[in-house]
Amino acid sequence: MAPNVAAGAETFPKLLIRNANVYGARPAMRHKDLGIWQTWTWSQTLDVVRAYTVGLHRLGVKRGETVAIVGGNRPKLYWSVMAVQMLGAIPVPVYADAVADELAYVLAHAEVRFAAVEDQEQVDKILSVKKQLPQLELMVYDEKRGLRDYDHSRLRPIDDVIDDGRKALADPAVAAWLDNEIAASKGSDPSIILYTSGTTGTSKGVVLTNERSIRAAADTVAFDKLTEKDVALAYLPLAWVGDHYLNYAQGLVSGFCTACPESPDTAMSDLREIGPSFYFAPPRTLEQLLTRVMIRMEDAGLVKQKVFHYFIGAARRYGECILNGESVPLTARLLYAIGNVLVYGPLKNVLGFSRVRVAYTAGEAVGPELFSFYRSIGLNLKQLYGQTEAFLYVTAQPDGEIYADTVGPACPNVDIRIADNGEVQFKSPGMFSGYFKDETKTAEVMTPDGYVKTGDAGFFDEKTGHLKIIDRTKDVGKLNDGTMFPPKYIENKLKFFPNIREAVALGDKRDFVTVMLNIDLAAVGSWAERNNVVYGSYQELAGHPLVYDMLEKHVAEVNRSLAEDKVMAGAQIKRFLILHKELDPDDGEITRTLKVRRGFIAERYAPLITALYDGSKEADISTQVTFEDGRKGSISARVKIRDMKPAATSAMGKAA
Amino acid sequence: MRATGGPDVAVGDVLLSVENVSLSFGGVKAVSDVSFDIRKGEIRAIIGPNGAGKTSMLNIINGFYHPQKGRIRFKGQARARMRPHDAAYGGIARTFQNVALFRGMTVLDNIMAGRTLKMHSNFFWQLLRYGPAMREEVEHRHRVEEIIDFLKIQEIRRVPVGRLPYGLQKRVELGRALAMEPELLLLDEPMAGMNLEEKEDMSRFVLDVNDHYGTTIALIEHDMGVVMDLSDRVVVLDHGIKIADGTPDEVKRNQAVIDAYLGVAH
Repeated sequence: MAPNVAAGAETFPKLLIRNANVYGARPAMRHKDLGIWQTWTWSQTLDVVRAYTVGLHRLGVKRGETVAIVGGNRPKLYWSVMAVQMLGAIPVPVYADAVADELAYVLAHAEVRFAAVEDQEQVDKILSVKKQLPQLELMVYDEKRGLRDYDHSRLRPIDDVIDDGRKALADPAVAAWLDNEIAASKGSDPSIILYTSGTTGTSKGVVLTNERSIRAAADTVAFDKLTEKDVALAYLPLAWVGDHYLNYAQGLVSGFCTACPESPDTAMSDLREIGPSFYFAPPRTLEQLLTRVMIRMEDAGLVKQKVFHYFIGAARRYGECILNGESVPLTARLLYAIGNVLVYGPLKNVLGFSRVRVAYTAGEAVGPELFSFYRSIGLNLKQLYGQTEAFLYVTAQPDGEIYADTVGPACPNVDIRIADNGEVQFKSPGMFSGYFKDETKTAEVMTPDGYVKTGDAGFFDEKTGHLKIIDRTKDVGKLNDGTMFPPKYIENKLKFFPNIREAVALGDKRDFVTVMLNIDLAAVGSWAERNNVVYGSYQELAGHPLVYDMLEKHVAEVNRSLAEDKVMAGAQIKRFLILHKELDPDDGEITRTLKVRRGFIAERYAPLITALYDGSKEADISTQVTFEDGRKGSISARVKIRDMKPAATSAMGKAA
Repeated sequence: MRATGGPDVAVGDVLLSVENVSLSFGGVKAVSDVSFDIRKGEIRAIIGPNGAGKTSMLNIINGFYHPQKGRIRFKGQARARMRPHDAAYGGIARTFQNVALFRGMTVLDNIMAGRTLKMHSNFFWQLLRYGPAMREEVEHRHRVEEIIDFLKIQEIRRVPVGRLPYGLQKRVELGRALAMEPELLLLDEPMAGMNLEEKEDMSRFVLDVNDHYGTTIALIEHDMGVVMDLSDRVVVLDHGIKIADGTPDEVKRNQAVIDAYLGVAH
């Protein structure tokens, strides 16, 4: 099925040669330099990479050893990856914004003797931890600025390495040697080691092999029908599996062009200039973009605003149906066509989405509103679920089968099963061969029969057959009657309402689920202003009966959507309350990255939690607070509790 | 950094010397009988308490003020009176204490404006934006893009300067001065009003300019940490009189300087 593998290219360097032969004159890479887009074709790329490879060899890089790549999305760093692979060595990309200690850990753990780095900043960072890296011999760098006066006994500009290699390549014997080296690499050789970001403990080096990576990429390239005519903008971290997969691996497999932004800060305008056809963005980026558009619209003239909101409304009603190829009335199609000329087209143009054929988002739960907004204006935005250990894809939504709350069915050739504890486990063509130098950890995540444990809990949606990811397995609890209780899943559903800023769901080892909510002062405050609700403080607004009524509707809505899944129907919210103060990192209730600290909250709000479960209608609470200047005070309040009626389990209809 | 690695550029001959210069406005003596020199390739700081005559000194070097006494020798040529455009043609560029950019114009246009003196095609061709004028513009744009790259301001290339935060405006102003490819760059409080991070960035740029373009730099700055880190030599003024001149370490130990800054017990 996959023509690329059939072509006999089981390693990335061989793919590069194939691309130079088949797509020789087509662009492989673009980079904006001094304000002008520079282009390298596949054959030029092969040329540079061959010279670079010989240059690295002459510096002493050997087959099988690791070479660190530290920096942003720049052609020379991508070529570094290619050249290292061409030598049969293993590139180890490291996040450019890693602090010196993290960098030192990875470089030491991977035992690198050589590093290819972007600029003075990275050189300085590595030099500052030199003592921890006795094995590091040499760094090559891309950007020369500021490095002129450094001691060059252990430093070289990448340009010089390439030039040196090019001169050596003039000798036919060297060229023949290089051809031999390329031929000597096998598909089963490791192609890269990607270090996980380490949110759960120290980071681990995920070893991927050539043939598995290529096979996985070939599957998704076919799945999304990517060809050499596509273009992608590489703006996410080079060391992240997403960039390595979506741009590097898919680019080499399909022959599409990868564009590198001028600088990390220009990605937005570069996106617009390049007009990619394949695009990936994490939900947060999509949200920022939308917010920017909405803020700008508020400054627009009255007529423009009216037109904008009218057609966005029309898109909301019909846009997704049209994108999904469902049948819609002719008038709606006509309206959408006019909207496309007046609003959606120009809007997509401004955002750089005009030519996007396939767009993905992943990483965290995406709000249904946000998701359908982009789909309604005609952007084919889809969700995928993946991990570094799988070399990204585990599931992806096929065109025409898109639901905001699922991540799609298993990708081609991927086998997924749900373990008894609700954990998603998979077996995939691209799965990793192990953690670098860490067999115990490898054994921990692999089942005896060869599946990888994701650590995520999920289930297959009955109606669609798509996978739903609900929470990390270790956070998922159980109600006393045995119903699964995924707190984050419920909290996320609540937080998608703009009025709800934060939610804490309780239910593990309890009889039923309850939640504590935080209102969003901006959203609820503006609602209060519009509805003549008078309030003197946050506490007063939070306790207002009308606010309770409004949030009750939101909770009921969440219950309805929970009731649609048989697995989740038992985890409906029975009682809720609105907290009298905002959860605050200064008080230790949430982390600086805004993650709820459950244990701490359970302790601090114990009287409220008791009241939620003993049937009282209200409860008194007094909590200590820390002011911005460090002084401490206390807030006491009487908090009301609302009961909810469970939604009927048989409720039908499309998921919210 | 400089403190450990020694001077980056070989500090050479005297580029500019100020000889017994005095300037007064009516009865107010701004500068009296000051002499010092600036050598090729060095970073020279002029410091002093408020009202010491630092900016006046810079304005004299720049040719904006004409000293009543004394003379300035630039690249070996002595002149008593120099006008700002003479200074500009001669290779002296400057930035200002209060940002002085064209606020309605984009960053790109502001820096392009710094190239004006280097444009030679005649008015007719420039009007048509064709032929030699076009070739010239492309060439100048290339230099400007190099500066934009150097100062890492690509993302604001097309943004009107008025919409930028203060720290970035300062950087754009430095860019415009660099566009003149000056031999001597005068910086009037380049770090004023900046936060720590912006100051560190700016210090890095000042060092890089000195290192990369080999530009001689004279700067006025209040942040003593910055001055001591950046400069090769420091001249200290107080009430228009030179009270010390030497390396940062020498100046730091100088009793007259300590008295001027901290006051003397009477």
